[in-house]
Amino acid sequence: MSEKETPSPPASDPTPVIELRRITKIYGQGDATVVALNGVDLTIHSGEFVAVMGPSGSGKSTAMNILGCLDSPTSGTYRFQGVEVGGLTRDQRALLRRNYLGFVFQGFNLLNRTSALENVELPLLYRGDSRQVRHERAREALATVGLNGREKHTPGELSGGQQQRVAIARAMVTNPTVLLADEPTGNLDSARSIEIMNLLCAINRDRGVTVIMVTHEPEMAAFAKRTVNFRDGVIENDLSNRGGV
Amino acid sequence: MLWNALLLALRELRRNKMRSFLTMLGIIIGVAAVITLVTLGGGATQQVTDQISAMGSNLLMIRPGKHMGPGQAAGSRPFKLRDAEALEREIPDLAAVSPTMNSSAVAIYANENWNTTISAGTEDFFFVNNRKLDKGRLFTANEVSSGAAVCVIGETIRQKLFGDSDPVGARLRLNRLSCEVIGTLAAKGQSSMGHDQDDLVVIPLRTFQRRVAGHTDISMIQVSMRDGVETEAVQAEIKRVLRERRHLSTTQEDDFDVMDMKEIASMLSGTTKVLTGLLGAVAAVSLLVGGIGIMNIMLVSVTERTREIGTRLAIGALEWEVLLQFLVEAVVLSSFGGLIGIAVAMAASLILTNVLEVPFVFNAAIIITAFLFSAAVGVVFGYFPARKAAQLNPIEALRHE
Repeated sequence: MSEKETPSPPASDPTPVIELRRITKIYGQGDATVVALNGVDLTIHSGEFVAVMGPSGSGKSTAMNILGCLDSPTSGTYRFQGVEVGGLTRDQRALLRRNYLGFVFQGFNLLNRTSALENVELPLLYRGDSRQVRHERAREALATVGLNGREKHTPGELSGGQQQRVAIARAMVTNPTVLLADEPTGNLDSARSIEIMNLLCAINRDRGVTVIMVTHEPEMAAFAKRTVNFRDGVIENDLSNRGGV
Repeated sequence: MLWNALLLALRELRRNKMRSFLTMLGIIIGVAAVITLVTLGGGATQQVTDQISAMGSNLLMIRPGKHMGPGQAAGSRPFKLRDAEALEREIPDLAAVSPTMNSSAVAIYANENWNTTISAGTEDFFFVNNRKLDKGRLFTANEVSSGAAVCVIGETIRQKLFGDSDPVGARLRLNRLSCEVIGTLAAKGQSSMGHDQDDLVVIPLRTFQRRVAGHTDISMIQVSMRDGVETEAVQAEIKRVLRERRHLSTTQEDDFDVMDMKEIASMLSGTTKVLTGLLGAVAAVSLLVGGIGIMNIMLVSVTERTREIGTRLAIGALEWEVLLQFLVEAVVLSSFGGLIGIAVAMAASLILTNVLEVPFVFNAAIIITAFLFSAAVGVVFGYFPARKAAQLNPIEALRHE
């Protein structure tokens, strides 16, 4: 693995997708304050595949929550596609997530007793798409993750790997700019994990979707083109990975 | 957007059919109870009104003594036949006057006997009491003045003593009196006070005085007013005539009572209405309890579905969209429960009105009210859990186990 500090942006796209400047996040008040992030600078360009690593308590989850617009930083600026989003309201952040972000979780977070198709079309339902559009795009997304013919299956009838693929289809069905994956292989065996990582790589490569993935398995991080390591609320190092798939 | 919320809510309820049904049960029972009780109460009121009007709503009953309501009062000066004649002569607003006596007697025919009531009156008795002839004939003014030994019998006696045979022409024994049955009365059923109006034998007043009572006292004068006259005015006239005849000074109170059947009718139907309202109110409490049941289940559901709510928020559901989904879930539960309750109430009302022999009165207002109330219960008791769901922090909700 050969490494070099701070990868240079692709020349074709000068405006980064994500730009964090001196981000801090402080929880609690008075003596009980916890500094989760202590001045984080991070720039991610369109089409990157970034693995975020670090021990628990390092601030990587907090950073992911801020990147995913689930949380607001205490101070600092966060520009998403050049637009300042740090001070948005709760509902404005929800709209941003709805239109530009896709989420994949460790625990899949699919609706129980609900068919794969209905799970995948859920984000489209919130966007107000028609039934026909919803079904068409949900089928398409399920086909992309290799689950055609499983539209009617409920999560209980699918294996863990298949469930995670449904979740990825749900994240991809809105054509997001950025896909945020929080330990997507944490609940899967190694064979299934590699399948899921290949799928994420394909999405990143073929569709140009920026993928940001939290993991603590170096084997999974090796799939990414870049690895950001957090420690004690700051970025310890930021390495480009020439061997990225 | 409301449509989407409805779709999401329906999917959710479909996922938990058993729980959805159990949640609705409280509302179903509440709505069914309210509608059934009010329908039955309406039927009872209708029945009372029907019976009173069948009795003749133009009827006034004049009885000696002070009466507080229906029932006999003893111990005061009885009327005489002349009192009745004077009323008929002096008050033109009266259509008919029937001096009446009642007494219990054992009616015997062949080897059957039956405890019954003898009513004695003039030929006007039938008109005043709104009694119709079924078979044979009624007695005439001649038979009344001559004191003929004839009688007209009610349906109950006909059944008990004669069964399938024709009673007209038969001789019936009433205590020591033997009289010829000349006619039968059309059935009238139970009175609103629960006594059988067909269990009677009607004989001419003179016959009764001579052969049964042995005196000429009159225990009651029934009068029928002409249509469209003022009841109060007629009552005042009757009082004036009778006070005069009974030599009451201005300082003395009436020693007789004029009862208006209309008054009794409205009193009785008023009572059933109050009872209906009371029962309906008790049933409405169960509707409220049903609403609290919905709130309970919705709160449990919000806790149980915290991760799901977190997921929805993460993929971009707005706060009000989550609120609306849960609110719609509660309203769908409660109003669907309301609809089932209405169906149950209709079935129960049909069965119970049949069993209790009261008329089935369809009351659209109470059905609509109960339905709207059940929907409102969903809104009120669904709001708190829905708001709780909508205000969850997505990060914590996603982490929830």
